[in-house]
Amino acid sequence: MSMLYTVMILKKVLESELWFTVLHRKIKPLAVEARLRNREKKKMTLGLINANPVVQAKKERLVRTQPDQYRDDGVDPLDIYEYVRDIRDPEHPYTLEQLSVLSEESVTVDDQLDRILIKFTPTVQHCSMATIIGLCLRAKLKECLPLHYKVDILVSPGSHADEDSVNKQLNDKERVAAAMENPNLRQLVDECIYSDEI
Amino acid sequence: MDLMEKNLELVEIQKLEGHTDRVWSVAWNPVSSHADGVSPVLASCSGDNTVRIWEQSSLSRSWTCKTVLEETHTRTVRSCAWSPSGELLATASFDGTTGIWKNYGSDFECIATLEGHENEVKSVSWNASGSYLATCSRDKSVWIWEVLEGNEYECAAVLSEHTQDVKMVQWHPTMDVLFSCSYDDTIKVWWSQDDDGEFECVQTLGESNNGHSSTVWAISFNATGDKMVTCSDDRTLKIWGTDIARMQSGEEYVPWTHLCTLSGYHDRTIYSAHWSRDDIIASGAGDDAIRLFVDSHDSVDGPSYNLLLKKNKAHDNDVNCVQWSRGEGDRLLASASDDGMVKIWQVATKP
Repeated sequence: MSMLYTVMILKKVLESELWFTVLHRKIKPLAVEARLRNREKKKMTLGLINANPVVQAKKERLVRTQPDQYRDDGVDPLDIYEYVRDIRDPEHPYTLEQLSVLSEESVTVDDQLDRILIKFTPTVQHCSMATIIGLCLRAKLKECLPLHYKVDILVSPGSHADEDSVNKQLNDKERVAAAMENPNLRQLVDECIYSDEI
Repeated sequence: MDLMEKNLELVEIQKLEGHTDRVWSVAWNPVSSHADGVSPVLASCSGDNTVRIWEQSSLSRSWTCKTVLEETHTRTVRSCAWSPSGELLATASFDGTTGIWKNYGSDFECIATLEGHENEVKSVSWNASGSYLATCSRDKSVWIWEVLEGNEYECAAVLSEHTQDVKMVQWHPTMDVLFSCSYDDTIKVWWSQDDDGEFECVQTLGESNNGHSSTVWAISFNATGDKMVTCSDDRTLKIWGTDIARMQSGEEYVPWTHLCTLSGYHDRTIYSAHWSRDDIIASGAGDDAIRLFVDSHDSVDGPSYNLLLKKNKAHDNDVNCVQWSRGEGDRLLASASDDGMVKIWQVATKP
């Protein structure tokens, strides 16, 4: 219940432009009608953005011997994936992997330059949680990776209506830093990345 | 003196440790330098919510932290700027306020707090005479404050023409013309026709004027004020120029034009660029390196710049700010990084 409460507070925060620019403020009349119709249909939705996500069964994991924090000779994309696959979605009690937001193909590593690229797929085109998911990825990786690694986070091409806007925000480190100083947001992010420890 | 012919290198003089989070910005006190017989003073500001004042001892030549300005800002201090007299330090913070600090011998006291921005303040700049202060914020506005007697600050203008987060403001070195750069990819020029404090946007340098294609992070002027360099998330540096003589003599505004673009030298965001008094442009980027550029002087139709040197792994993480010291001829450079360090460098001839 507290998770839902936090999400609702966060929606208010998003709408009041307290940190990131609201992604889709201008709504054309047609879209509004469609949304109202849908809302009437799903009376039990509790206002969630994506009330009926497609959930995958938890993937079977290969048993890996306890990995080091990092290896001197380079980082395996699958190691990175290991850090992020279990991050919990901000809205639903499932991991990003289960919701197909992330998959093994999401992570690419440039070993020479020590750069990591993560592409994630929000569950719906107008997902306003996209920036939060991006922040969760950044927060988690910041803890797990050595300082000098550069991380770029993008939404999968074509998967979001405001793709360029989301990408720009997620890769502006000053905006990310300011957002993470917002205690409500920080709390939500922490709940998502530490969910397996709760 | 052709710098390209000399075999130059960037030598690390000292690493200044103390901040407990990333260091965003550094600023040299304009008054103190070796030439005056006064020890150089440097201010640095950080994600740890503090500002540190560093001084070089005239005896040991090493830098130490003289004071820590704390318990005032409640969030990251993003940038700081000394007044032209060197007596005051302005600090811009994510907590939405701008602090004005006065140096009382060995201590600093916050003598004023400027409020008004709706969210994070990103940058602060004093004009050449110290009569105006400018601030900018993620709230998309640029504020101009008049500095009055008796430590009074009055808001002279709230300028809201940027369409996104404003990253930096910088006054022209000799005239009361204000420049701002933004997440909206443009640079805007603000000018008051009758010098009556009514500032308006007289020019926007965007993609259509050969401008940047992504967030513009910083602006820096050369000593004479007829050229400026801007750096961006689009990984280029751009040089702009104007007819400064015409501007200074006449009543009308003389537009800035694009002179050249330095591309292909950086492969990550360039966070900072600074133009030295002897015409070396330093850049700090997201690839942890510092680069120096000089005019090659061999182009007939305008300046063309060459890479003088590149310092790889200048820091262990992104370089957020590079600033040349104000002293004549000492070629000292200070840098600030996400690794929590401030470093002092010297440009020297290779042995």
